[in-house]
Amino acid sequence: MANIRTITFDGLIVGGGGSGLRSALELSQSGYKTAVISKVFPTRSHTVSAQGGITCAIASNDPDDDWRWHMYDTVKGSDYIGDQDAIEYMCSEGPQAVFELEHMGLPFSRNPDGRIYQRPFGGQSRDYGKGGQASRTCAAADRTGHALLHTLYQANLKNNTVFFNEWYAVDMVKNQDGVIAGVIAICMETGEVVYVKSKATVIATGGAGRIYASTTNALINTGDGIGMALRAGFPMQDMEMWQFHPTGIHLAGVLVTEGSRGEGGYLINKDGERFMERYAPNAKDLAGRDVVARSMVLEILDGRGCGPDADHVLLKLDHLGEKVLNEKLPGILELSRTFAHVDPVHAPIPVVPTCHYMMGGIPTNIHGQALSMDAEGNDNVIEGLFAVGEAACVSVHGANRLGGNSLLDLVVFGRAAGIQIEKMLSQGLEQREASESDIEGAMARLDRLNNSTSGEKTADLRKELQNIMQNHFGVFRKGDFMQEGIEKLADLRERINNVHLEDKSNTFNTARVEALELKNLFEVAESTAISAEGRNESRGAHAREDFTTRDDENWLCHSMYFPESKTLGKRDVNFKPKTVPTFEPMERKY
Amino acid sequence: MQVSIYRYNPETDLKPSMQDFQVEIPNDKDIMILDVLALVKEQDDSVAYRRSCREGVCGSDGINMNGINGLACITPISAVTKKDKLILRPLPGLPIVRDLVVDMTAFYKQYERIKPYLQNDEATPAIERLQSPEDRAKLDGLYECILCACCSTNCPSFWWNPEKFVGPAGLLQAYRFLADSRDTHTEERLADLEDPFSVFRCRGIMNCVAVCPKGLNPTKAIGHIRSMLMERGA
Repeated sequence: MANIRTITFDGLIVGGGGSGLRSALELSQSGYKTAVISKVFPTRSHTVSAQGGITCAIASNDPDDDWRWHMYDTVKGSDYIGDQDAIEYMCSEGPQAVFELEHMGLPFSRNPDGRIYQRPFGGQSRDYGKGGQASRTCAAADRTGHALLHTLYQANLKNNTVFFNEWYAVDMVKNQDGVIAGVIAICMETGEVVYVKSKATVIATGGAGRIYASTTNALINTGDGIGMALRAGFPMQDMEMWQFHPTGIHLAGVLVTEGSRGEGGYLINKDGERFMERYAPNAKDLAGRDVVARSMVLEILDGRGCGPDADHVLLKLDHLGEKVLNEKLPGILELSRTFAHVDPVHAPIPVVPTCHYMMGGIPTNIHGQALSMDAEGNDNVIEGLFAVGEAACVSVHGANRLGGNSLLDLVVFGRAAGIQIEKMLSQGLEQREASESDIEGAMARLDRLNNSTSGEKTADLRKELQNIMQNHFGVFRKGDFMQEGIEKLADLRERINNVHLEDKSNTFNTARVEALELKNLFEVAESTAISAEGRNESRGAHAREDFTTRDDENWLCHSMYFPESKTLGKRDVNFKPKTVPTFEPMERKY
Repeated sequence: MQVSIYRYNPETDLKPSMQDFQVEIPNDKDIMILDVLALVKEQDDSVAYRRSCREGVCGSDGINMNGINGLACITPISAVTKKDKLILRPLPGLPIVRDLVVDMTAFYKQYERIKPYLQNDEATPAIERLQSPEDRAKLDGLYECILCACCSTNCPSFWWNPEKFVGPAGLLQAYRFLADSRDTHTEERLADLEDPFSVFRCRGIMNCVAVCPKGLNPTKAIGHIRSMLMERGA
């Protein structure tokens, strides 16, 4: 490249959250020159906000626990469009991955015998749903994500991973053969634009909950990797599947862990009724998140919501007693006092379903290799490109993720991608070259922004986008209403392309980053909208008022969104685990 | 309300200055300072500050609000403002990158210096290492640090000797590993800290304790390290 500096690595990870740091660790431990680009200092990544824990059959609380039971729960939770080979891999490799975290120093809470403490979480069972509630979620109080992220950052320091902190990745560099050769990134402190070249590029940019007006997600969750992949022309899988977490704090959106219900808390309506007993007689408050979120919305729509506007329900914890709350849920006490002005020791927390997690993303195989699809519908590995964590769709979550499975997904597949890249490097994987013309697109996008003289403000356009998504693609969805939303988005595209960047300076220009993030938010929103409108059934988190039942005949499959044609295709779900019999689709009851 | 913000852009400004903004607080609600900053940024997108989780767990938005260090996202206006006047400045004692964004290199360097990772030379077991709940409880009040730097940048000893004094945040983490029953490098860790500056420049002023947004107590941890160093010397 003539005009810009080039830095070269064996492995490049875009994103410094849990999955990215786990990939990076695997590579740097093996002595490969490994870099992490992160738009925030790594411990500020959204993994830090994960509370309740990491679900895994380590058989600490229950010596009989079995990863196959965890697999059964996960397949059922996914409403049968989770890939069974991937779920099998996650659940069986999980214990090893969790023990490794402990060996690195993660301060897990402990049982009296010294083993890792595990708590009950939603959708968990013993003996393939026949043995009652399981306690399978390994926890460090209610700060598991914080403990995990700091531990992984520390392990990377120990192994000399190179960090480019507060660098923002703009676009992938795709060469004429369709191979990914690195990314174009901006150093935020200086504004310098650099080509970071690598034999393997891992997208670990996390979720994009900020497409919705109300979300538990951090402000940085803008789907940058998804935006980059869509601009590179790669397909996205299951983008209609967004999880609404039952317990976001009313108005603030801040998360209250499912672990609070795992520890014995429950939801009540304005009559003080524990309404989940009606919707899920067995699992009650620990049914799948999609089930609980929908039940809450139905309560509110039926006029049994709480507060002056009857627009939320209450999470009751006070009966657990101050001692348990202090010991098991100290972070929740803090958050509730700060953001709801409620002390859970004495009063219930106002909560409402809030956008929480993107089940869809960049399709990958179980080695983290990103996939595209040929004209005949066969999977094609995209050379040089990997994806892990929330940005990826491997898919272990299918149509609905179980609580505690995201942290497991991060470490298992972060690690798997690292192992795969390691293997490829040791077999002589070579750096693929890119030419000036391959970075033109990224540079042109930057130029357009830097030369803008008029147009609307980032903040205004972002609000409009978030409101469209909130109103047209929320917990319940309807065809004509979604079509209206898609039209509104189409109108927004050009306006967002013309966004005005008033501040043109180079030093730590957060306005420029926010404008670039807005474009990624839009790409995520549009792919979500078109995928949601296309899936004519109700499954998992995707609930349609005009197609109220699951349609296995037509939709027991992944959706694939193709950005160039803006059309929706289908991809087969994997029903072939290697070591256990297939879990056949059944009616999903809790 | 009037919000006065420290402004400095090295590309255009010879020296820093304070700029006043008039901000309309919706329904006069007691919103968080981070929300106030977002309203300012809607007026003038050149105002630079860091933020991420907006719930007090990521440690991005440590700033100085009416003279007090804290996290903007969990500090309501009423906690720092009396007469409708809000002054926002960067954390003191570190170089300014721009506006409210400080250069945290010196802070991170001290963190890295204490080897903030578990060191254990024994063979790794097939499952997790065991730790009693009592031993695990010794890490409470230590591991929760979010590296926001509110404490170290409120510490006169750190202002004077940022290269030699580890500072409250770094020492809190140093003790987190000294206190961990699974760590076997206690001796090496203490040897690394045994000089007149690393630990002993702490004068017990307790400015760190006063501002920690997570309610942690670095002074107490430093006290434990001192005792361990004394015992080792004796």
